[in-house]
Amino acid sequence: MSPQPQQLPPALFNARCKACWLTAGLAVLVVASFWSLDLQWARFLSPEAAASMGRFVGEFFPPDLSTPFVRKVAEATLETLAMSALGTLIAAAVGLLLALPASAGLARLPTRLLLNALRAVPELVWASLLLISAGLGPLAGTLALALHTSGVLGRLFAEALENAPTGPAEALRTQGVGPLRVFLYATLPQVLPQVISYTLYRWENNIRAAAILGVVGAGGLGQLLAFHMGLFQMDKTATVLAAMLLMVAGVDALSYTVRRALTR
Amino acid sequence: MSKPVVQRDPAWLGRVFWFSAGLVLLWPLVVATEFQPWVMFSAASLKPTLRFLAAFVPPATDPDFLRLVAVETWRTVAIATAGISLALLIAVPAALLSARVLSVSSLSGRMAFVPAAVRQVVRWLLILLRSIPELVWALIFVRVVGLGPTAGVLAIALTYGGMLGKVYGDILESGEPAITRNLLANGSGRLQAFAYGLLPQNAAELTSYTVYRWECAIRSSVVLGFVGAGGLGQQLDNSTKMFAGGEVATMLLVFVALVALADRISAWLRKALA
Repeated sequence: MSPQPQQLPPALFNARCKACWLTAGLAVLVVASFWSLDLQWARFLSPEAAASMGRFVGEFFPPDLSTPFVRKVAEATLETLAMSALGTLIAAAVGLLLALPASAGLARLPTRLLLNALRAVPELVWASLLLISAGLGPLAGTLALALHTSGVLGRLFAEALENAPTGPAEALRTQGVGPLRVFLYATLPQVLPQVISYTLYRWENNIRAAAILGVVGAGGLGQLLAFHMGLFQMDKTATVLAAMLLMVAGVDALSYTVRRALTR
Repeated sequence: MSKPVVQRDPAWLGRVFWFSAGLVLLWPLVVATEFQPWVMFSAASLKPTLRFLAAFVPPATDPDFLRLVAVETWRTVAIATAGISLALLIAVPAALLSARVLSVSSLSGRMAFVPAAVRQVVRWLLILLRSIPELVWALIFVRVVGLGPTAGVLAIALTYGGMLGKVYGDILESGEPAITRNLLANGSGRLQAFAYGLLPQNAAELTSYTVYRWECAIRSSVVLGFVGAGGLGQQLDNSTKMFAGGEVATMLLVFVALVALADRISAWLRKALA
């Protein structure tokens, strides 16, 4: 009797294997992307590019640490933080207002559509559109953050409202309490912890977003960055970049510590 | 005779106090952000705004423009895809280097100093890459390689490389280490232990996270266009600066549709993988 053949591994490609088609499609997508983009690797990897990159980074040092400029950067940092805080606060209020119609009733679908539209457009795009009416400066940035974030928070709040237990609200309603009071004393207290934690989470995200929003002219550190980079003042650019990184790292560390303290 | 029921919130004093305290705390923020929304309704800014918004209807639909939008939309997707592919080149080796499960020296007691140090340094490097926003990378690369998609691809590659590498490392370490340890203890190489021990149990999670990040990359490749890294964002920026409301409307619609489509595809892929 001949020895049994070892079990062979399955064929590499099988027309009924979903994963094979997926992988093939992915490979085609990647190849097509690289092929269609006329990427200038030659320019990026050439010695001149390396030299100019080196010069570029070299000009960062030493960063401009003169007192007036550092004060200016500190002010811009505060402005960034204020933009993110106010934007998030407005967004929380607007989000809660929009979450009410989005959680039940006739207006549910249209409001959800509005929330999705607000959410789909990134902060930076909102900012560049708002520049037309709000002008250069932190107002446009704050409103842009508020618009995008109210889309995000509105949707999350609506889901929280939908999932809240209805018992307490029913109890008040059968006592003849009006809808506003039912919301204030039964529904809101139940969803408040979620509302606060979502808002804080978005605030953290928005600090990061606010730092770069200014690149289109919407205030904060980003505006300072774009301004000095545009003027090729690399020492000042380096200071602004360092402030940006420090702020983001600080927020990350703080949120990590708070999260750990809360979950312990 | 029963007393009339007093319907007053027993905690109203505290509520009013905290509400007004909040308003007082809010004031510095309002000052710092120059929050004067009424300037938007002054005649000087209301007129161009209304003209711009009026031009939104109807959205621009001439064939030449639509062709341009189609090309730019593809480029946006292509920048995101190429960026993520390059990011994988950073993320996969870095994740392998930084995963503590794949350490041979830690099989017996504590990890030796050098491997532990290498892992920590790789981790810090990833965190550094990740914490510089892609827009800043793009600003820098636009200076070095000039306007165009190259800057966008590189920016996405670096930021997302850091992000993916960090999360891959976390995913690999969160799983059940017994199989991998066993393979390593019996003399298999680190790559073998990865391929036969770690990868099978974590493949679905790794892929699903990558697909999710690809979706995010599409969104950020639009944003990168605003600093001149090509794609839909650059076109959107141009049209906004020229107050061409109809073109802006078309591109916003296309963009929202693109994001929704990517969202659908990614949700479907993740469900199919789970």
